[in-house]
Amino acid sequence: MFDTALTANDLVFLAKGAGITILVTAISVVIGTLLGILFGVIRVQLGPVLAAPLTFFLDIFRSVPLLIQLVLGNAFVGMVLQLQISGFTVACIVLSLYTSAYCAEIVRGGIDAVPEITRRAARSLGLTWGQDMRYIVLPLATRVALPSWIGLALGVMKDSALVYVVQVTELLKSTQILITRLQEPLFLLLICGAFYFVISFPLARFGGYLEKRWSND
Amino acid sequence: MIEIQNVRKSFGDLEVLKGIDLTVQKGEVVTVIGGSGSGKSTLLTCINGLEPIDSGRITIDGTEVHAKSTNLNKLRRKVGIVFQQWNAFPHLTVLENVTLAPRKVLGMAKAEAEAIAEKQLRHVGLGDKLTTYPSRLSGGQQQRMAIARALAMSPDYMLFDEVTSALDPQLVGEVLETLKMLAEEGMTMICVTHEMGFARDVSNRVAFFHQGIMAEIGAPDQLFNDPQHPETQKFLANVR
Ligand SMILES: Nc1ncnc2c1ncn2[C@@H]1O[C@H](COP(=O)(O)OP(=O)(O)OP(=O)(O)O)[C@@H](O)[C@H]1O
Ligand SMILES: [Mg+2]
Repeated sequence: MFDTALTANDLVFLAKGAGITILVTAISVVIGTLLGILFGVIRVQLGPVLAAPLTFFLDIFRSVPLLIQLVLGNAFVGMVLQLQISGFTVACIVLSLYTSAYCAEIVRGGIDAVPEITRRAARSLGLTWGQDMRYIVLPLATRVALPSWIGLALGVMKDSALVYVVQVTELLKSTQILITRLQEPLFLLLICGAFYFVISFPLARFGGYLEKRWSND
Repeated sequence: MIEIQNVRKSFGDLEVLKGIDLTVQKGEVVTVIGGSGSGKSTLLTCINGLEPIDSGRITIDGTEVHAKSTNLNKLRRKVGIVFQQWNAFPHLTVLENVTLAPRKVLGMAKAEAEAIAEKQLRHVGLGDKLTTYPSRLSGGQQQRMAIARALAMSPDYMLFDEVTSALDPQLVGEVLETLKMLAEEGMTMICVTHEMGFARDVSNRVAFFHQGIMAEIGAPDQLFNDPQHPETQKFLANVR
C-alpha cells in the first residue's frame, strides 16, 4: 500500500483542491446563511400566504438536484445573461442559493420555537420589532437551529464536490485526476476522505461545544 | 390616568370585549375578577397596545393607544405588564433580563442600568440571584424577576395578569406580598386575579367581568359583601 507513485507535488495538488472545497463551502455557507436568515425572517413575518412566492422559489432550490442546478445555472449565466463569469463564481452563486433555501427553513423553525409570550414580554418593555429580533428572537432561535445548521454546513461541503461540472477543480475532482493518472483509486480516495474529515471535524466539534455551553442557561 | 371608553374587540367571530368603560386614576389599584374567558387578559393586552381593538378608545395620560400616530414603543415605557405565563428571557441572566430594556430602549449606560436593576431586584427579594439564569429560578422567583424587569423602566402604570395562577400554592404568597408592597408605594395598578383575599386587601375598586362585559364595579367591601349583579353573586358563591 505504501508502495505508491504519489509525489509531494501530487499532495500539493490535492491540498489545492481541498483549498477550493473550503473556499467554495465557506463563501456559500456565509452568503447562504445571511440570505437564509433574511428569507426565513421574511417568511415568518409575511405568513404562509403572502410568502408563498418566496417559498415556491426556495422550494425549487431544495427539490431540483444540485448537479442540474449547477449545469442550468451555468448555461443561464453564459447563454441568457451573456456574462463572462468564471465557473467558480457560478458555483458560489448556485451553492449559496441552495444553502439559503435550506437555511431559511431552519431559521423559520428556530423563530417559530421562540414562545409568543417571550416576544410579547420583550415588546411590552418597549423594545422595537428589530430589537426584539436582535436581542431575543435570533439568539434563542440560534440555539434551536444550531444542530441543523451544522448539519447543513457539513452537507454543503460534501455537496460542493459537484461543482466540477462547472469546471471547478475541487478536492474530489483533483483526486479523480490523480486516480486516472496513477491508477491507485483506493489509496487516493483514502487520502481524499482524510482531507474531508480534517475539514469537517473542527466544525462538528465547534457545534458540540456551543451546544454544551448554551445548555447551562 | 387610563381611560377606557366603549372598547370592543373580537377574535374572528367571537366578541371578547363588548363595550368596556373603565377609568383608572393615578395611584389607584383596580383589580379585575371574573370567569375564564371573560376577556380580562384581552383587556390588559389592549391597554398597552399588544392587541388592536375594533372600536372605542383607550387613552393613557391623554395619548390614544390605538391611534395611528401613537408611538407604541414609547408609550409602553410607562406601562409595565407581567403575564400569567412565565416569560423570562432564558438566554440572559437575571440581571441582564432586567437591564436589557433600560439599556436598549432608554439608552442607559450599562453601569447605570445595572444599579437600577440591582435596586429593583433587591426590592423584590432577588438581590442574591443577579448572575443566575432564569431556568434555575422557582416560578415565584421568575414572576418576581418579571416584576423587577417591568419596574426597572420606571413605569407610571403596572398591569398584572394573574401573575400567581401558574404558581404552586406555597409560592403564591411571596408574589402577592410583592404586589401589595407596590400598591402601598402608590403604584397605579390594574391586577387581574383569582385571589379574592388579595383583591379585598389592596384594591380601591374591584371590577367583575362576565362574558366580555364589566358587569359590576365597586369598592371591595361593597362588591364582596353586597354584590348587585346576579352573575357577581353566582361567581362569588362559587369561589368562596
Ligand atoms: N389570540 C387569540 N385568538 C383567538 N381567540 C383568543 C385569543 N386570545 C384570547 N382569545 C379568546 O378570547 C376569550 C377571552 O380570552 P381572555 O384570555 O381575555 O380571557 P380571560 O378572562 O383572561 O380568561 P382566563 O381567566 O382563563 O385567563 C377566550 O374565549 C379566548 O379563547
Ligand atoms: Mg387570562
